[in-house]
Parts: sequence; structure tokens; C-alpha cells
Amino acid sequence: MVNKTKDFWVFVETNEDGTAKNVGIELLSPGRELADAQGGKLVAVVIGSGVDAAVEAAGTHGADQVIVVDSEEYKQYTTDAYTIALTALVEKYGPLSMMLGATNNGRDLGPRVACRLETGLTADCTALAIDEATGKVAWTRPAFGGNLMATILCPEHYPQIGTVRPGVFKKGEETENKAEIIREEIHVEAEKIRTQILEILKDMDEEKVDLENADIIVSGGRGVGGPEGFAPVRELAKVLGATVGASRAAVDSGWISHAHQVGQTGKTVAPKLYIACGISGAIQHQAGMSGSDCIVAINKDPEAPIFDIADYGIVGNLFEVLPILTEEIQKARA
Amino acid sequence: MNMLVCVKQVPDTTEIKIDPVKNTLIREGVPSILNPFDGYALEAAARIKDKNPDSTITVISMGPEQAKAVLKEALAIAADKAYLVSSREFGGSDTLCTSYILSEAIKEIEKKDGKFDIIFCGKQAIDGDTAQVGPEIAEHLDYPQVTYGLEASVEDRLVKVKKETEDGAVIVGIQTPCVLTFTKPSFDPRYPTIKRKMAANRANIPVLAFTDLPDINPEKIGLKHSPTHVKKTFVPQKKTGGIKIQEETAEDSVKKLFAMLSDAHVL
Ligand SMILES: Cc1cc2nc3c(=O)[nH]c(=O)nc-3n(C[C@H](O)[C@H](O)[C@H](O)COP(=O)(O)OP(=O)(O)OC[C@H]3O[C@@H](n4cnc5c(N)ncnc54)[C@H](O)[C@@H]3O)c2cc1C
Ligand SMILES: Cc1cc2nc3c(=O)[nH]c(=O)nc-3n(C[C@H](O)[C@H](O)[C@H](O)COP(=O)(O)OP(=O)(O)OC[C@H]3O[C@@H](n4cnc5c(N)ncnc54)[C@H](O)[C@@H]3O)c2cc1C
Repeated sequence: MVNKTKDFWVFVETNEDGTAKNVGIELLSPGRELADAQGGKLVAVVIGSGVDAAVEAAGTHGADQVIVVDSEEYKQYTTDAYTIALTALVEKYGPLSMMLGATNNGRDLGPRVACRLETGLTADCTALAIDEATGKVAWTRPAFGGNLMATILCPEHYPQIGTVRPGVFKKGEETENKAEIIREEIHVEAEKIRTQILEILKDMDEEKVDLENADIIVSGGRGVGGPEGFAPVRELAKVLGATVGASRAAVDSGWISHAHQVGQTGKTVAPKLYIACGISGAIQHQAGMSGSDCIVAINKDPEAPIFDIADYGIVGNLFEVLPILTEEIQKARA
Repeated sequence: MNMLVCVKQVPDTTEIKIDPVKNTLIREGVPSILNPFDGYALEAAARIKDKNPDSTITVISMGPEQAKAVLKEALAIAADKAYLVSSREFGGSDTLCTSYILSEAIKEIEKKDGKFDIIFCGKQAIDGDTAQVGPEIAEHLDYPQVTYGLEASVEDRLVKVKKETEDGAVIVGIQTPCVLTFTKPSFDPRYPTIKRKMAANRANIPVLAFTDLPDINPEKIGLKHSPTHVKKTFVPQKKTGGIKIQEETAEDSVKKLFAMLSDAHVL
């Protein structure tokens, strides 16, 4: 299809309570720069049910315009309804470029929409720029399990679309809301929605694991040796007010639930502080945490690859180190 | 159930090394394997067949002649039939073109073998890592989809899929025909038996080339018609300059770390 504007769109995914997911708001920060570079407006697109909070958040984080589709059939995410709505909006307004957060839903929706529009989609980006030679968006993304980075252009198809990893960009400061709000009515007949959520299964643990929004994460790997080995990890997390993460080896061993897993097949996180305990630092683990502001590693093997990316590391036995560290922090905070 | 599993041959990315001088990937000597997520998808199909023994599992792969190796592996594990999709015209396709070619090959196979009820894919291939081919096949065929599947079962033509979400899992009901993509479940895929392995080695795998797909639009395939182009690739910069602490005692190491974290205002 052809673009009708120079606008840059950010799809702001919503939670079921109508608030915006963090990643959508994060993407408005690079979106602002890219929209200016393209010479168009920064437009946030919000689809959901009862989404005033998300619309407001988009407005206070730099969007020039917010396009809203607010209706009951979008309360729960479904591939079919969201694809119909987002495709209809793109066809009506013709943006030059668009990005979506690379969440489970974003990676479900993005390819469906791109394919319906017969355009290109760059997956799971971690850096964005405008290509000087062509003026197109230069989407940079990891491939080969994080071993290789690729910069991708979509030179002749519109819109140029990318999904972007959560946690890569920081939320901007709140500013005065000057956004123009456009409400669109798009309805999807029930029979066009071909999937249905039959049951919601609770996770193994009672607590909700919110790794993506955590400021501090303390993670344990195979080095903790068993489910009881997570006790000193949890103790440290408790005094720091941190969330507990894990490597896949620990999850696959059944020591902790998958909701805690960080990495290529787990969560991508970017906390202020990430403490890796008994984790070797495989490339697939790094894929989920290398964007952390500060990485601390505790490992008894001085050659463990985790030390290559750690800002600070202790070579030592985690069962000796963690209790002392916990005590030290407790003392300092008392 | 007539089931199809899409499998890709990939380099074992856990074995990839970086050339420290040229700063490029060393691909030589890296073993080629069945994409692990496609193994999980195949296992999900096999479990449906365990419960519905009159089912058929067909596997399809697009790639060079060598990709027959993963088709044979799939035959040994659980598949009944295999097709290789291979042609020079298909080379360099991005996900939009790859999924289009696969969907056209699927339609061609269906002319002979009957409609597939469920098409299984891995969540993502561990080389391209995009996770886009599954949903795009679904779109080309206009089928519903469930991504991030962990397990699937069939009850009266309704497929129930356990789907991983950001905060746990849900059970999703989906009508057939449909596309499902699979991520890593808590169990390992089954191993092939010696008997199946020997039969798979002898299997004759038909190849579908460009000329075998009369309905395919040549303007929608290959490098030239792919909307995305890889402009450049590079090896990510390793973070360096980290400080490694290894004092006489754990107490001393922790004291040093704590002081450094406090100085850096991290704690
Ligand atoms: C397709 C695919 C996807 C994957 N996705 C992920 C993913 O999302 N997340 C992930 O984490 N992995 C993932 N992996 C697995 C990854 O390759 C590694 O196998 C895994 O990360 C290893 O976990 P680990 O570091 O805990 O275990 P190991 O590699 O076994 O390391 C354990 C470490 O603990 C140290 N240790 C042992 N005892 C002690 C002690 N007492 N004190 C201090 N240190 C100690 C050891 O020195 C060692 O370095 C994936 C792999 C594949 C193929
Ligand atoms: C460094 C690099 C970066 C790239 N980035 C992009 C990008 O951002 N966007 C883009 O459109 N293309 C991209 N490509 C091209 C893309 O890798 C190819 O189109 C590839 O053939 C399919 O994508 P994938 O490997 O990511 O598969 P995925 O979409 O991750 O695969 C998902 C599932 O689809 C099935 N499947 C995939 N390929 C095949 C096959 N050949 N045969 C049978 N089943 C298959 C499998 O079940 C697989 O588990 C990139 C290529 C490279 C080398």
C-alpha cells in the first residue's frame, strides 16, 4: 500500500484494566525523534475497552495525536479483532512507519497485520535510527540467538513496521498533554473472532512475578543446586525489594516456575540492577538481560562468560557470598 | 486429524563462535540441527496422534537439499510423510515471502493429500529468530492462530491449546483449520526408535520446486520481492571493563563489592 502521511505510529498495547503497557509508553521516546526526523506527527494508537488511562498516558508522553478504538470486543486481546482494527486504521490514515512492543501479543499481532498489508516487518528490534542514504527507518535487531546483529530496511513497502523489545528504551518525563484525540468506531462481528479463552491458569507460585517492571532483579541458575538453593537468592531479593529471576537451567530442573525465566525463551528485562547468582551467562540468558543498567555476577568459576558482561563480579561460592551480602545490606539500611 | 508440521534446518546457535579478528560469525563446523521449537511442535502433533491413532502427520521444510536431514529426523521421531520445498527462485526470501511460498506449497500438497486440520510451527527459528513465519502462514491461508503454544488436544473438532502468557498460561479454544506455534514446554520431545530411524533413512522425500507450484505468483517470492532487506550485519559489542573481585575471604569480597556499588550509587 502507499503511505498518505509522514506520520510515525506507535501501537500502545493496553492491559485488561485499560492502562497502557510500559513498552508502548517507552516507544514514544524514540518515536518522537523518528517522527521528527521523518517530518511527520507522532501518533499513538490505542485499542481496547475502557482505555482512557492509556490514552492519557500516551498524551502526556509526547504523542501529537492519539487514535482510539474503544469497544467491548477488544477487552481481551484476540488476534482476529485486533488485526481487523489495526489494519483498518493503517489503511485509512496511511502512516509511513509503525512500531509495536515485542510482547507476546505484539509478536502475535505484528506479523498478522504486516502480512495483511503485504509489507515488511522487522522483529524484536533493540536499536532504531533513520538511514542516512535512504531516509528509511533502520531497524537493528539481534539474530542467531544474540550472536549477530542485523540492520534491516524496508525500502519500498509501507508502512515500514517493526516490533521493539520492552525495556530497551526508557519512558520519557511526563509533559503537558497536547494530543489531539481521534475516536474511531470499528466493530468486529463475533463470528469473525475465531479463538476464545476458555480458562485462565494460575502460575505455580502465588505471587505475581513482574520481572519487566522490576528495578532490581536477583536471579539464580543451576549453581543454586536445587529448589532449596533459591532460599539465599530470595533472602537477598527481599532486603533489596527485588524480584526473583532464574535461568532456564533452573526452570527446566523444576526448581522455580517459568514465569521467573529470563532470556530468549523467557522475559527480556532491563532493571537498574541485575544480580546473577550461579548463572554461567549463556548467550540465550544474556539475550534477556544484557540491557540492564548494572550487572553483578556471583559465580565460583572465574572463566564463566557472565563475567564478560558484568560490571562487577565476585568469584566465589554463592552460598557463602549471598548471606553476607544480605546481612551487609540489611545493616546499611537499618 | 490431518496434521502438518513446518520444520526448519538451523545452525546450532549455541555452537557458534566469533572470529576475534574479522569480528564475524564462524559458521564452518557448526552442526545443522532441527530447529528445537519445531521439535516441540512435532511432539505436540505426535501427542494428538497418540490419542487419535487414525491421524496423519506430514512435515514440510523449505531449504536446500541438505534440509532433507531434518525431514528424515522428523520422520524418525513421529512424522508419516515429508516434503522438501526447494528452488533457486525461493532463495533470499524474507518472512513475508517465505510464509507465502510455504502457504502455496501447503495448498499444492492439499490437492493430493486432503486439507490439513492443524498446521504446526515452532514459535521461532533459532537463526532468523523472528517468530513471524507461523502467523504469516496463517494470514496467507486466512486461518485463525494461537502462538506461544505449550500443549494441544482435540475434542470434537475443537482444538484446545495451552498458551503461555506473560503472567502464566491460558487455555484457548480454536476452530480447525488453524495454525498453532509452539514454545518450549516442560517436557522433552520423544526419541526415535531404531526401527523408525532405519525406515526414515530409506524414505524417499519428494521435492516441490518452483515449477511444481503452478498457482504461485513469481512477483511475491525471493530476495528481489522481499519487502525487508538486511542492510548490514555485525557482531554485538561485548561489554568490557567489568571488575572481578576475588579476595581471600567471602567477607572481604562482599565488603569490596558493597563499597563499589555504594560509590556508584547503585545501592
Ligand atoms: C533455543 C534455546 C533457548 C534458550 N533460552 C534460554 C533462556 O530464555 N534463558 C536461559 O537462561 N537459558 C536459555 N537457554 C539455555 C542456555 O543455553 C543455558 O543452557 C542456560 O542459560 C544455562 O543456565 P545456567 O547458567 O543456570 O546453568 P549452567 O550453564 O550450568 O551454569 C551454572 C553456573 O553456576 C556456577 N556455580 C555452580 N555452583 C556454584 C556455587 N556454589 N556458587 C557460585 N557459582 C556456582 C557454575 O560455575 C556455572 O557457571 C536456551 C537454550 C536454547 C537452545
Ligand atoms: C540476520 C537476519 C535477520 C533477519 N531479519 C528479518 C526480519 O526482521 N524480518 C523478516 O521478514 N525477515 C528477516 N530475515 C529473513 C528470515 O530470517 C528468513 O525469511 C527466514 O527464512 C524465516 O525467518 P525465521 O528464520 O526468523 O523464521 P521464524 O519466523 O522465526 O520461524 C517460525 C517457524 O516457522 C517455520 N519455518 C520458518 N522457516 C521455515 C522453512 N524454511 N521451512 C519450513 N518451516 C519454516 C518453523 O516452524 C519455524 O519454527 C532475517 C535474516 C537474517 C539472516
